[in-house]
Amino acid sequence: MAEAARIINLMEPGHTGCAGCGQAIAARLVLKAAGPRVIVANATGCLEVYTTTYPRSSWEVPWIHSLFENAASVASGMEVALKAMGRYEGVKIIAQAGDGGTADIGIGCLSGMFERGHDILYICFDNEGYMNTGYQRSSLTPVGARTTTSPPGRMSWGNKTRKKNIPLIAVAHGVPYVATATPAEPRDLVRKVQKALEIEGPKYLHLLVPCVPGWGYESELSVTMARLAAETYLFPVFEIENGVITKVKKIKERKPVEDYLRPQRRFAHLFKPGGEPILEELREIADENAAIELGPATLFGRVKSED
Amino acid sequence: MRVFVGRRVKPGSSLANKTKAWRGKHPVYKQVDCIGCQRCFLGCPEGTVYQIDKKKFDVNLDYCKGCGICAHECPVDDIDMVLEVGCEEPES
Amino acid sequence: MEGSKAVAEAVRLCRPNLVCAYPITPQTHIVEGLSQMVADGRLEAGYVLAESEFGAASIVLGASAVGGRAYTATSSQGLLLMTEVMFNIAGMRLPVVMTCANRAVSAPINIWNDQQDAVSIRDSGWIQLFVEDNQEALDSHIQAFKIAEELMIPVMVCMDGYVLTHTLEPVDLPDQEEVDRFLPPYNPSYRLDPDEPFTMGSMVGPDAYMETRYHVHMDMMEARGVIERVADEFYRSFGRHRGGLVETYDIEGADLVLVSMGSLLGTMRDAVDELREEGLKVGILKVRCFRPFPASAVHDAIKGVGVVGVIEKDVSLGLEGTLCSEMRAAFCGEESPEISSFIMGLGGRDITIEEIKQVARDLASNPACRVEFRGLREELMKGDEG
Repeated sequence: MAEAARIINLMEPGHTGCAGCGQAIAARLVLKAAGPRVIVANATGCLEVYTTTYPRSSWEVPWIHSLFENAASVASGMEVALKAMGRYEGVKIIAQAGDGGTADIGIGCLSGMFERGHDILYICFDNEGYMNTGYQRSSLTPVGARTTTSPPGRMSWGNKTRKKNIPLIAVAHGVPYVATATPAEPRDLVRKVQKALEIEGPKYLHLLVPCVPGWGYESELSVTMARLAAETYLFPVFEIENGVITKVKKIKERKPVEDYLRPQRRFAHLFKPGGEPILEELREIADENAAIELGPATLFGRVKSED
Repeated sequence: MRVFVGRRVKPGSSLANKTKAWRGKHPVYKQVDCIGCQRCFLGCPEGTVYQIDKKKFDVNLDYCKGCGICAHECPVDDIDMVLEVGCEEPES
Repeated sequence: MEGSKAVAEAVRLCRPNLVCAYPITPQTHIVEGLSQMVADGRLEAGYVLAESEFGAASIVLGASAVGGRAYTATSSQGLLLMTEVMFNIAGMRLPVVMTCANRAVSAPINIWNDQQDAVSIRDSGWIQLFVEDNQEALDSHIQAFKIAEELMIPVMVCMDGYVLTHTLEPVDLPDQEEVDRFLPPYNPSYRLDPDEPFTMGSMVGPDAYMETRYHVHMDMMEARGVIERVADEFYRSFGRHRGGLVETYDIEGADLVLVSMGSLLGTMRDAVDELREEGLKVGILKVRCFRPFPASAVHDAIKGVGVVGVIEKDVSLGLEGTLCSEMRAAFCGEESPEISSFIMGLGGRDITIEEIKQVARDLASNPACRVEFRGLREELMKGDEG
């Protein structure tokens, strides 16, 4: 029994992540795909805090946490130094951060890493908010979502702006491989990580990772939520290689956005009288995402004209 | 004098923290209808579900937090969630 | 050669694995010099052009964490921008070496020399050395790598912007072989490596955080001895004593001592020579190592002196010059001289020999402890509308 119970994880259990944490599923899968010969630079956030509260660590690979915004820069320094010392052979560098550490406070360092062309796989664990500090809004929080800094009230319907399009920002930097994935399709996620690690240069992987307390659903639904995000097209799943969209997940039985929104308490207020315009905007976003086609990755997701 | 508290932590040391006390339910792997899809194994946030055979899985209950993802995801209902002793179903 | 070039050559001789740079006046010639060396094949190091000073500091952090010898340089606004990373590097015990080309801090924006930038982050856990001339700048960088790697504490070498960075002085440049003998390759006891994984940068709670900080502090205190010892080793290797914690000049029988850091010391030596001829028994204490603050060395150098005037190019707004405040620590619990703070030269304002002499004369006639700004222009005292 002891031998059968031995689990080979590069991110071990015993961490203090919430029961059902979508990010934990994804982070485990990333390392499963990448293998043990990696060095990971991790930003401040849920994953960092719950895997490395002193004196314990879940990580079986060399792993460093510096600050909130500099995972990309720390990774850059590691890559260049290892190459300069002749110790880069057979090692891969991964930088990982949440949506805040990627799109907001970390965007400068991310841009620098992309622009300089480091051989680093950057992974954004997007749970659509600053969940670790108490579910505040980030620039990747979707329209209409309740967060603690974008609460609905008499004067507001929740978050006002759409998600910043980081995959397109990566493409604009000439990043050779950009992809999105979710833990609802673990094999797809693993494939993308492995594919990315075979490419030389910067790679960007954007993972939607549902958050049980932040989004407000029962813990057993984390994988379901990720699946519905893709099936409603609110989170498009695609691959972009050298500026060309080479793979798009086309949903055979597209689901209405309500199927995804209703089970989450962060969208509950949209189903009250007056919430229809926001729901309509979310449907538009889903339509835009559904319209993403193979071909040059031009300004997708913003096809709506100003009228 | 070169002791660096917090600077270097042993890998995998979280295994000492058995998070089983968190849960109110745990999964029971019936191992009857399993089709080997691995959704339970790949979908566990803890990494505490393990593969015994192509169509046989089980859970290391030392770390299971009872989130219920494996039972919910199983396409053939081969996993049941049962209440821990002394726990009650929460009011919905 | 120009101070910046001297520093670049010193860094090259120390065989860094990674040099990272973001330009800011007046550090630019250092990083430009290093990039030319890389382009010419004289320096084999990874050279990364960062997108900001914050990025630059993070990049050297990463490089050091994998066991690389890492270097960067900055100044003023850049130093303040990378403050978060400075604390991080020190807390993680990474022996990064940095040059700070001392420059005033905004607002108002000013690109000329004062020391506000470096003193503003004296709490960060970095060793801070202030050099007087280009030779000392060169020599201090070579010593800095050795000090840092022995203690696992990062070291900042501070040199006055423009005054030293852009001034030509003759310097003695050591040979590569001499430097290699003095400074062996960086060989950390642990570094990030898949063959021996570990976790760095954990979140540490109230149950263990204090001990980490205590250890950094105690190692900083131990650094005082290491800095002196490395200076002696440098002397034995290169025949020059350009290092250590403090230096004195003409302090025999002095009633009054002037204290300062950095390039001003050169001018002060001339001022003191003239004052001695005038009959004033005045000497100089040069503080070379600002952090860790060498309280006992200071105490031993000037005990028995009745009056001390600290001339410095910085001010802790709302109190006095920082070096002055620190000087008081040397006399904790003992009878202290009257220590006064003279804030001069902010934003690159010239400090003349005559002004220094006047400080000494004024202290001689009125030794009472006080804080004064010197060299202010009367016509500007009413502000823009005046």
